[in-house]
Amino acid sequence: MSEPIERHTFAVIVDNEPGVLARVIGLFSGRGYNIDSLTVAEVGHADNLSRITLVTTGTRMIIEQIKAQLRRLVPVRAVRDLTDEGAFVAKDLALVKVVNEGANRREALRIADIFGATVADTTLSSFVFVMTGSPDKVDSFIELMGALGRIEVARSGIVAIARGSEIAGDDERGG
Amino acid sequence: MTTETLTSAREGQPTTMSGAEMVLRALVDQGVEVVFGYPGGAVLPIYDALFKQNSVRHILVRHEQAAVHAAEGYARSTGKVGVVLVTSGPGATNAVTGLTDALMDSVPIVCLTGQVPTHLIGNDAFQECDTTGITRPCTKHNYLVKDVNRLAQTIHEAFYIARSGRPGPVVVDLPKDVQFGEGVYVGPENVRHNSYRPQTEPDPAAIEAAFELIAGAKRPLFYVGGGTVNSGPDACRALTELARLTGYPVTMTLMGLGAFPGTDPQSLGMVGMHGSYEANLAMHECDVMVAVGSRFDDRVTGKLAAFSPHSKKIHIDIDPSSINKNVAVDVPVVGDVGAVVGQLVAMWKGRGAKADSRALADWWAKIDRWRAVDCFRYEQPDSVIKPQYAIQRLYEACKGRETFITTEVGQHQMWAAQFFRFDRPNHWMTSGGLGTMGYGLPAAMGVQIAHPDALVIDIAGEASILMNIQEMSTIGQYRLPVKVFILNNEYMGMVRQWQELLHGGRYSESYSASLPDFVKLADAFGAVGLRATKPDEVDAVIREMLAVDRPVIVDVVVDKTENCFPMIPSGAAHNEMILGPSGNSGEQTVSEEGMVLV
Repeated sequence: MSEPIERHTFAVIVDNEPGVLARVIGLFSGRGYNIDSLTVAEVGHADNLSRITLVTTGTRMIIEQIKAQLRRLVPVRAVRDLTDEGAFVAKDLALVKVVNEGANRREALRIADIFGATVADTTLSSFVFVMTGSPDKVDSFIELMGALGRIEVARSGIVAIARGSEIAGDDERGG
Repeated sequence: MTTETLTSAREGQPTTMSGAEMVLRALVDQGVEVVFGYPGGAVLPIYDALFKQNSVRHILVRHEQAAVHAAEGYARSTGKVGVVLVTSGPGATNAVTGLTDALMDSVPIVCLTGQVPTHLIGNDAFQECDTTGITRPCTKHNYLVKDVNRLAQTIHEAFYIARSGRPGPVVVDLPKDVQFGEGVYVGPENVRHNSYRPQTEPDPAAIEAAFELIAGAKRPLFYVGGGTVNSGPDACRALTELARLTGYPVTMTLMGLGAFPGTDPQSLGMVGMHGSYEANLAMHECDVMVAVGSRFDDRVTGKLAAFSPHSKKIHIDIDPSSINKNVAVDVPVVGDVGAVVGQLVAMWKGRGAKADSRALADWWAKIDRWRAVDCFRYEQPDSVIKPQYAIQRLYEACKGRETFITTEVGQHQMWAAQFFRFDRPNHWMTSGGLGTMGYGLPAAMGVQIAHPDALVIDIAGEASILMNIQEMSTIGQYRLPVKVFILNNEYMGMVRQWQELLHGGRYSESYSASLPDFVKLADAFGAVGLRATKPDEVDAVIREMLAVDRPVIVDVVVDKTENCFPMIPSGAAHNEMILGPSGNSGEQTVSEEGMVLV
């Protein structure tokens, strides 16, 4: 009778104050929840708000519990479950450095073109590509580059927002 | 700062003062009368400000853990916020157990900690620790104040957060240079937290659904927890009224004792691992369970898969994260217990609701059969004192006096919960969530400070009492007539009981060797020491204890092998209770899953 494991993406709007990220992360480690991806940045300078995009997995009961526990943190203004709310856009950004030469170098450039990745830096023996897209797409790009040379990767983690014309309420938008 | 400047500063006028003076001013403006604390280098400016005023009384404890427990006792017996003042480093780390205890049991505490000056933070300075880092998971919220102009506002916010919603401890870390700095004081009337607004008013649709279930119940049960006590005396009165209007049975958790009168015929006593047979079987067989400020703790539910399998469950709680955490419920009602139950009472009366009297009569008949098992019964031989007997006699002797009971943690705690009946809330202080040995004595101290003329008794075990025994010195200093009633079985009794039942009687390190002579110990602390070793001495010792207007330690030498029953073994369901060593449940053993549980 084991419940299915679900994967959910949350947008968590928090007061941008010292320790707030530690509270969120500490909640996950302290209560044994999973973090698959977590990104944070200030999004509302005037209100001093930050938006955390968080991807987690768990049974439905655990997912609900995570939301309730997050809302219990004093600096958390709002928790939105983008997965439950409907369609949403989720993007990941990767900087991929590829070191190679000859045919592999030309192939890397061609594949980057197919993926819509741009070149941020180049030397005679390397490229740094900027690859933005869904996490799956970024994964495949990195995999292909790995086959064409030695690579180093930096990734942002996922940022996400709901599709459609609706704008979240003031307190939930963060900006 | 003099007393005059504390009280004469005019409203609305910007008032400049030092950070330390602001602390005192903020406490006065928050209505604080008592602070439990211990000085040290990083809080000297605050202690200096304390010295120059007479509005706030400081109680000097002997260990910072005790300061928090004393503040908990004060808070839980008054409904006010308990306040703690400790220094940096070891002062703060010693307070951590108390803070965790307060978090688990939802006790409103504001704990002010000293900190090294801001320019030294992070440099491993003398008596520095990362107080906000260490206390983050064991507080409801915490602050590090880096700007003296934010200090007053932060303290007011801390009080607001500590007492609002589900109460809890809040730490405010105060670097020494901030205490010395000059800044502008703001009063509480000018401070409003910018976002924290817990929901207290319930959703009408949820109330309606709850009412429907309650009104249509055939085998109902109120399952009442500490949230009801926290919601206040009015909430407890409303709950009592609802129970009487409906005629439904009521069981309480360890934390909920006193929310509904324990001597009322509708009370089934405590539920859970060492709760009554009738309460646990009623939980198992009810068709509508109304959880009121209780949180489906593992000590209550036993085996989750077999927990109350036939019931629709209503869960009234102010903390949305308590709902559906352990047990999925049918009707969640988020809100303050007082508000929710008050509305249910009004609906019951307004709509002229009637319980299904035939079904209810059958239900009570069934409950009465369970009651007839008399699950707490014990035999009292002539030779040795049974711990249950000692508590029962104590309870009889305290009837008619306003009595506050605190406990340590272990068998004595469970026996106290089983045999002492509380008819009013806020008179029973015990460490439920964290299970902190050493809680009872300092908590009793805090209760006695708040209620100087009341009878305050710490029911203790000989092992627990030694964990904060140094507080006898505080009790002496403030002439607090606290009574310590030790059930001395020379064992960490609950550890021994589990070793007997689960670990083949291998009593690994659970014997209390080299115990002090508690009578002489009392004498050393300037208290009265008494001892009972035979059943016929119990009454006389209790009489003498109650007659003395001084602190007393009573050493009641009890049966070393007595176990606490009934008991739901770990991993078992409510209907698999062990009633006693010769109980009727037959060859009850703990399952493999049960072994790994605590």
